[in-house]
Amino acid sequence: MIREEFSSGDSFIHRLDPRVKLVVAILFSIVVAVADRFTVLLSGLLFSIVIIAMARLKVRQVSYRLLIVNGFILLLWIFLPFTFPGETLFSIGRFNASREGIIYSSLITIKSNSIILSCIALIATSSITTLVHALRHLYVPDKLVYLFFFCYRYIHVIHLEYTRLVNAMRIRCFRPRTNIHTYKSYAYLVGMLLLRSYDRSERVYSAMLCRGFKGKFWMLDHFSLKRSDLVSGVMMLLYIMGLVLLQWRETIL
Amino acid sequence: MERNHTLIELDNITFSYPSRESVLNGLNLTFCKGERVGFVGTNGSGKTTLFHIIMGLLRPKVGRIRVFGEFRETESDFREVREKIGLLFQDADDQLFCPTVAEDIAFGPLNLGKTYDETRDIVRETLEAVGLVGFEDRVTYNLSGGEKKLVSLATVIAMKPTVLLLDEPTTGLDEETTERIIRFLNNNTSFSYITISHDREFLEQTTHCIYKMKGGKVEKE
Repeated sequence: MIREEFSSGDSFIHRLDPRVKLVVAILFSIVVAVADRFTVLLSGLLFSIVIIAMARLKVRQVSYRLLIVNGFILLLWIFLPFTFPGETLFSIGRFNASREGIIYSSLITIKSNSIILSCIALIATSSITTLVHALRHLYVPDKLVYLFFFCYRYIHVIHLEYTRLVNAMRIRCFRPRTNIHTYKSYAYLVGMLLLRSYDRSERVYSAMLCRGFKGKFWMLDHFSLKRSDLVSGVMMLLYIMGLVLLQWRETIL
Repeated sequence: MERNHTLIELDNITFSYPSRESVLNGLNLTFCKGERVGFVGTNGSGKTTLFHIIMGLLRPKVGRIRVFGEFRETESDFREVREKIGLLFQDADDQLFCPTVAEDIAFGPLNLGKTYDETRDIVRETLEAVGLVGFEDRVTYNLSGGEKKLVSLATVIAMKPTVLLLDEPTTGLDEETTERIIRFLNNNTSFSYITISHDREFLEQTTHCIYKMKGGKVEKE
């Protein structure tokens, strides 16, 4: 169901300590999301492009993901320039496109693309299992980490249940049409899926209780921070610091 | 003297799910040390329910449960029960939830307060016992059906229980995996167990006597 296409690989980025990657990705995303200067954002985009190139992922798959994100951004481009108040640049019929609107849309486009690229390069290059471990080593609360992990773990199981239900419908010649019967059947499908998932969660919890679960999760793996992890981590953090300085030079200095 | 050998004693257990007739109806059962019992019965006859009642996952409406010589009523009473009785669920996907095989096996022992070093040894021994050496770092949801079942069994026996409750341990497994489970049960004579199964051949090879669940009660076949 969820294929971790990017997580297998042997590039420098793949081998980096996942904790370093997580910290860098989070800080980078925050800085880029908050910044509003073109120089800063373009430098951010450059950073993303460099690390994604270093991760040596399949260009096709990466572009496919970008296409999905930019599909949403296209919608912004349709509406934002014409609704944002400001100096008119050009008009189509009764609609006036504002300079500010276009600037704003470009900012959003650059921001989202750099964040997505950096996340693909830094986060998607680790398997979910490793990420879960890394999050716990970074002292993220257990409840959050396991919420994330259980979602992932059981989406697959729930998806199997979904296909089972859909197949059960198909073998009895169900074909979706625009009628009450279709809507009703879909409602049953969703309802059934919710019920089954709930039952499943109860059973999983029971199984955990049977093994003496008292609210604590345990961890076996321990990462070791290598010299190369430290050096590249510090370098990336310095770059992010550079972005911060570029953006808020006046306020900081 | 006889008392000491009785592990599980169920007295007049009645249980029903909401808006349905009673699944268990005045059920009595005595299970002693060293016994190897098979449970048969139609689907919905309450076999799994009975297991869940023994483990304290469900509470009966009427009746008393005595495990290891003590009456069990509250959640904390059942903690000790769960430490010594291992329940193997019907569906391995219900049982395995940790990222890796080693962690899943370690989960129980760590809950029992074992140290990491002790746990590491337990994980290794258990994997050897079920014949899955080298599976430590495999991801649990990418295992095959048979492997999942064997890992589930490993997670249960890693807690070193004295009693096993096996809920259809061989359903959906190929001959080889079934054979492995049979071999495991016959090689480890320290376990007393009850196993639910529809597979007569499996029961003949692994149990001393067979009980039948019918009308909410257990009767000897």
